[in-house]
Amino acid sequence: MKSFNEVFESHNWDDTKASIYDKTAADVERALRNTQRDLEDFKALISPAALPYLEDMAQISQRLTLDRFGRVIQMYIPLYLSNECNNICTYCGFSYDNKVRRRTLNPMEIMQEVAVIKGMGYDHVLLVTGEANQSVHTDYFKKVLDLISPHFAHISMEVQPLDVADYETLIPHGLNTVLVYQETYHQDDYRKHHPKGKKSNFLYRLETPDRLGQAGIHKMGLGVLIGLEDWRTDSFFTALHLSYLEKQYWQSKFSISFPRLRPFSGGLEPKVVMNDKELVQLICAYRLFNSEVELSISTRETVAFRNQVIKLGITAISAGSKTNPGGYEVEPQSLEQFEISDERSAQEIAAMIRKQGYEPIWKDWDMSLIQKSC
Amino acid sequence: MLTIADQTFSSRLFTGTGKFSSAKEMESALIASASELVTVALKRVDLKGKDDDILHHLKYPHINLLPNTSGVRNAKEAVFAAQLAREALETNWIKLEIHPDPKYLMPDPIETLKATEELVKLGFVVLPYIHADPVLCKRLEDVGTAAVMPLGAPIGSNKGLRTIDFLEIIISQSRVPVIIDAGIGAPSDAAKAMEIGADAVLVNTAIAIAKDPTNMAIAFKMAVEAGRMAFESKLGAQTHYAAASSPLTAFLDEEF
Repeated sequence: MKSFNEVFESHNWDDTKASIYDKTAADVERALRNTQRDLEDFKALISPAALPYLEDMAQISQRLTLDRFGRVIQMYIPLYLSNECNNICTYCGFSYDNKVRRRTLNPMEIMQEVAVIKGMGYDHVLLVTGEANQSVHTDYFKKVLDLISPHFAHISMEVQPLDVADYETLIPHGLNTVLVYQETYHQDDYRKHHPKGKKSNFLYRLETPDRLGQAGIHKMGLGVLIGLEDWRTDSFFTALHLSYLEKQYWQSKFSISFPRLRPFSGGLEPKVVMNDKELVQLICAYRLFNSEVELSISTRETVAFRNQVIKLGITAISAGSKTNPGGYEVEPQSLEQFEISDERSAQEIAAMIRKQGYEPIWKDWDMSLIQKSC
Repeated sequence: MLTIADQTFSSRLFTGTGKFSSAKEMESALIASASELVTVALKRVDLKGKDDDILHHLKYPHINLLPNTSGVRNAKEAVFAAQLAREALETNWIKLEIHPDPKYLMPDPIETLKATEELVKLGFVVLPYIHADPVLCKRLEDVGTAAVMPLGAPIGSNKGLRTIDFLEIIISQSRVPVIIDAGIGAPSDAAKAMEIGADAVLVNTAIAIAKDPTNMAIAFKMAVEAGRMAFESKLGAQTHYAAASSPLTAFLDEEF
C-alpha cells in the first residue's frame, strides 16, 4: 500500500527550510493574488516575507472561512481517560520518567466525568490517553465508546497510533475522528524527543493517517508541536501531508491544530519560540492554502489571543478543559499533561463567541450516521 | 403555485438553516424570506432533546421542515438517516444529500439513485441533491423521485449558475419540479434560475453569511418572484446577430 513516507522521503528538511526562508515579497504577492494556492504559495505565506502582509492574509482568511463554514464555531472538550504512559517524551507531563502517580479511569469514574461535561453543554468529546498498551488498548477503547456513545453526538480520540484493524473495530462503536500529531517531521529531532517507548518509531507514527484513511475514518487531525523545531518547515510538512491525504483518502475530512509548547512540571523549554503574530500568520496561511480544512484552537492559548483569533479562520475551540484524568470530578489534583492558559468556562467562551457575532455549535454530528456493526 | 408531491407552495424560494450567526438571526431571515420549505441537517438537530434550539426557532405554521441527510456517505447510511428523521421530525419528506467527498461536497450519483429508489419504496417524498446531470434526472424520475435538485455551482461557492447549459436541458425535459440548489450567490443568480424556468431555488449560504441576512432574504424573495414572473410572461429570445438589411431570401419576393 502506498504511504506518505514515499512523498516525505522526496523532501529534504534543510532544502525545504532554505526554500521557505528564500521566499520574497513578490512570491507572497503572487500567492495572495492566486485563487487556487499550491504548496509553493503556502511556503511564501508562512515565510518571514509574508509578515508585512498579515492584514491582507487575515482579510482573505476570514472571507474564505465565512464562505465555507459560516458564522459558527464548533465546541469540543477533552476527556482525559489515562495518564499511564510507557513513552518518554521530553515535552510531556505524562512522560514515563516523570515520577508521579498514574491512573486510568474505570467505567464508573468515566461516567462521573461525563456527567460534568454534559452539564457544561457539550455534545462533542475528545478522548485523550497516554500510551500504555497493557491497560489502555483497543478493547479498553471499545468499552469506553460503548459506555459513552449514548451520551455524545461526536466522539474524537487522541491516543496512541493503532493498526488499521483496530480503527476498523472502533469506528462502528461510535468513533468519528482521530487526532494524531506528528510532533515534528524532523527525524533526528523526533528521535531526540522520543528516546523510549513505542512512540520512538517515527515511521509508524508518520503512516498513522494512512492507516486511518484505509480504515475509512470520517475525520483525522494533523499537527506538530510548535516549539520543537523550526515551525515554518514543520508546518510545510503538515501541509504536504494534508495534500497527500486529501487526494489519497478523498472521503475523509481533515483538521489541523497548532499547539504551542506549554510548560509542565519539570518540562522542556521550547527550542523555537513562535510569537502571536506568527501564529496568526500560520492560521491564515493554512486557510488560504486550504479553505475546507478545519482549524482548531485549544486552551493552551491565552484569553486575549483566543478572543481575537475566533474571526480569523478558526473553526473549532475547546473550553473549560482539564488535561488530567479525573480532572473534572474524580480527582481534580491528578497529574496534568500541560498547564492551560484560558481557564474560562464553556459558557463564558460561548458568550464570548456570540458577542463576536458567531454561533457556538455544540452538535454537528449524530451517532445514527455511523453504521453500527451488529 | 408550485406543487411537489401533494404539497403546494406559494413561495418558490426554499432556504437552509446552516451558517447563521445565531438561531434568532436565522429565524428573522427565514421569516423575511417567506420561504415555506426549510431544510435542516439531521446532524445539527438534537433528536433526543425535546427543545432543540434550531427547531424551536422554526415553529411557524407556514414553514415545512425538510430534513437533510448531510454527513452520510452511501445509500445505506442515507436510508437509515432518513428513517430517523421521519421519526424525529414527523415528516416523510427528505432532502437526500449523499456527498462522500467532504472537501467539495460533490453528490454521489450512484448512491443517490440507489437511495432514492429505496426511499420511494419506503414511502418517502425524496428530493435528491445532484449534479446538473440530465440523464441522472431521468433515471431519478424513473424510480419515483418527487423533484430533482441539481447544483448551479459547488455548494457554498456563491459562484452562480455555472452549470446553466445542463440546467436548461434538465428543465426542458423534466417531468418533476426542478429546484436549483447550491452555488446561488446573489439575487441575480436566483432571478436567472427562475427566468430559465426552474420551479424553485434553494438558497442558504448567500443569505446566512450576508452582513444583513434579513434584508438579503428579502432581496432573494423579490428576485425569485421577479424571475418567475418574467418566465411566465415569456421573455423575448436573445439574438446574437443583427437583423440583416438585405435578407438572403429577399429575392424570393422579387418578380422575375
